[in-house]
Amino acid sequence: MIERSKPLSDELSRIRDEIYQYAKEFGLDFYPVVFEVCDYDTINILAAQGGFPTRYPHWRFGMDYDQLSKGYAFGLQKIYEMVINTSPCYAYLLNANHLVDQKIVMAHVYGHADFFKNNAWFKNTDRNMMAVMANHGTKIRRYMERFGQSRVEEFIDRVLSIENLIDTNLLFETEELKHQRIEREKLAREEIARALDDRSQALKSFMRTKERNDRELDKNSSDQSDVMDEQLKTSIAEAKISYPRDIMHFLLNEAPLQEWEADILGILRDEAYYFLPQRLTKIMNEGWASYWHSQIMTTRALKASEIIDYADHHAGVMAMSRQNINPYKIGIELYRDIEYRWNTGRFGKEYNECSNMKEKLAWNKELNLGREKIFEVRKTHNDVSFIDEFFTEEFCERQQLFTYKYNPRTGRNEIESKDFNAIKSKLLMSLSNFGSPIIEVESGNYMNRKELMLRHIHLGVDLDFAYASDTLKNIYALWKRPVSISSKQEEQNIVLTFDGKEFKQTK
Amino acid sequence: MDHPIKRDHARFRKIVKGKIRDNLKKYVSKGEMPSPKGDGTFKIPMPSIDTPRFKFGDKNQGGMGQGQGKPGDPVDGNDGDQPGEGKEVGNQAGNKELEVDLSLEELASILGEELALPKIEPKGKKAIQSTTNKYTSIGMTGPNSLKHFKRTYKEAMKRQIASGTYDFNDPRVIPHKRDFRYRASDAKVEFENSAVVIYMMDVSGSMGDEQKEIVRTESFWINLWLKSQYKDIDVRYIIHDATAKEVDEETFFKTRESGGTLISSALKLCKEIIEKDYNPNEWNIYPFHFSDGDNWSHDDTKLCLEILDQDILPASNVFCYGQVESRYGSGQFYKDLQQKYTESHEKVILSKIKNKDAILDSIKDFLGKGK
Repeated sequence: MIERSKPLSDELSRIRDEIYQYAKEFGLDFYPVVFEVCDYDTINILAAQGGFPTRYPHWRFGMDYDQLSKGYAFGLQKIYEMVINTSPCYAYLLNANHLVDQKIVMAHVYGHADFFKNNAWFKNTDRNMMAVMANHGTKIRRYMERFGQSRVEEFIDRVLSIENLIDTNLLFETEELKHQRIEREKLAREEIARALDDRSQALKSFMRTKERNDRELDKNSSDQSDVMDEQLKTSIAEAKISYPRDIMHFLLNEAPLQEWEADILGILRDEAYYFLPQRLTKIMNEGWASYWHSQIMTTRALKASEIIDYADHHAGVMAMSRQNINPYKIGIELYRDIEYRWNTGRFGKEYNECSNMKEKLAWNKELNLGREKIFEVRKTHNDVSFIDEFFTEEFCERQQLFTYKYNPRTGRNEIESKDFNAIKSKLLMSLSNFGSPIIEVESGNYMNRKELMLRHIHLGVDLDFAYASDTLKNIYALWKRPVSISSKQEEQNIVLTFDGKEFKQTK
Repeated sequence: MDHPIKRDHARFRKIVKGKIRDNLKKYVSKGEMPSPKGDGTFKIPMPSIDTPRFKFGDKNQGGMGQGQGKPGDPVDGNDGDQPGEGKEVGNQAGNKELEVDLSLEELASILGEELALPKIEPKGKKAIQSTTNKYTSIGMTGPNSLKHFKRTYKEAMKRQIASGTYDFNDPRVIPHKRDFRYRASDAKVEFENSAVVIYMMDVSGSMGDEQKEIVRTESFWINLWLKSQYKDIDVRYIIHDATAKEVDEETFFKTRESGGTLISSALKLCKEIIEKDYNPNEWNIYPFHFSDGDNWSHDDTKLCLEILDQDILPASNVFCYGQVESRYGSGQFYKDLQQKYTESHEKVILSKIKNKDAILDSIKDFLGKGK
């Protein structure tokens, strides 16, 4: 294949060295960043593939590529930069960027790189993902050669349907807890759990496959114990669902899958968990990177002749929208607000309980803890806790936030409320569980019939039932027995079931 | 080698085309016509082919925004600024409508496959000239990119042997400037088939908007198919009530006249157009007539059949009559034609179009014979 991206030219290298220096001076801490320059087509390809040069074959990447290419061709959108969470950290710059843009983008990238390395939610991500993704691609391509492209692709389609049914808590499992859990599983299922050593993901998934083979062999050789096995297995499936929200994992272990199917499910689950922290920290991550490109540019790197271009670019990124929350804008403003509050000491019991408005307005303890505080925040929070803790009433007012709703009478979206509590709870709601409904496995042996029962934890917003039906269909294809989900529709309890032929709704 | 994503992309296009084929009936009967773009491709709106997931319905969701305003103010643009856009707002990601570009050939082949349309066998000789340049000869001058190495070295060797500078022990051939040979083009005249479609429509009072919409949709798809079969295609439009006139495409679909109907007037005009512009020996001629089947008098119908028999049928590949059902039409003309030509006539195809859902079947009636 032709080299699609190339290293920085001399001029860009000089700029990179300069920006690198500033980033270090400000105390940013990151894995080495490798910058590459590529044309718009390549950057579209990379973006369509989630930032990685090699993925498994799937039409969805083609679809995203189609849309990105069109967006670029019609001048609707342009991707300035891409950066991926690996070590070394790879960052791609668009070759058509103006030099000022390249400066901004590099500063922005160092911000992301620092965030990837330090934020707690990224702690357990595999920094070797570049190679892992490539291996996944090779494995799946091999399965396609063996079992047919359509068949494998169809299976992937189904698994992608449950890609968001994973458990955010698992990102945080400590090694110790993980070990204990694995020990438990070992005892319960006499299965050699996925190894905890530092073997690569691909090797682990190979081992998984192998174990399955061996088990199958065992099974065949001892036909009589089959019945016993089945019974035992069923009772275990009933008893132990240690992470009910990790439905991908549950199906991986309990669904009647072929070995190659199980392998692919495992692969896609690994990838889903890899991308999960990024979905949990969109506002924080973009805000942090924006904070630093602004800081580095305006206090260090910017030349007088570049100010207009910089301002134009920065304003474009920060544009507020009446229809959506711009994570860059909210993020950067929150960090700035935190910095200001901790510099002036506007936090804590004393400040909050101060009822003298004049005093409050002039409050300044000159603590100068702001910079330190935001570094700490970027380390320990995710979007939900970030908003929960630092999104104050004053901030909300200053940012002119509002919620809107569709008004059927006028046929348009109208501002619903500017009330702080309403806005905050709506914002938190939209962020909780990375914006996905919370779904748990209730039972893998529902009514003692080996049926799968899922439970939607209803927090005020109904499911999209058309999508839910199609999703159930896909899960049925994996589980091969009737699949149900309990939820609420317009305040009423409802159970939606798909039994392989038709849908049934019971209230 | 191309980037593997091109294969993903091709795969995606294939899935999309399959979707369009599956939904062709819906597209056609809804009158949702692919809109042609300047470059000869068509834009087709499609429901997004999202992967289904558990997600929130957007019914009671609304959204959040940033900016000035008080409760009750519209969120999207200024009041009534861009009507029709309001509803898109507040959608979660992944809910965008997909628009697919397809070339005329791709779209036509979907239609062809779905309706199992046979390829048209053009009649007559290929009469329309077109010149193409083919690089079949060799010239002494030309650009470097067209340099013909083999011939160049041959010339050089010839010269060296003739001048005695060729050394068998050291067989080096060095071309001089006058040895260079280049590929050169020859103009080649090719003959193509070409076709003309003449649409005639009854615009008398009994043809309502819905009927016209049907004709419009049907003619779009017929044009599409014929365009894919012939290199050049002319389209002419005739409207008629008691008198007929030739109009442009826009007028054809917009006009609404009232008054009586003399179908013969249209057929007469059609005949004149053919005589004047299209020599039947050179052109494939497709007259299409759409009406609700009400003719003014029996005598006129007789006249119509006469014109058909003597002039139009001998000249054309096939004469198509589509009868659009209307509340006011008697549908008599269809019966008259049917009586005269029967179902199996070689050059007459009759089709009744009951409603929009029947358009696809009617297209198959017309084009299914491969004429």
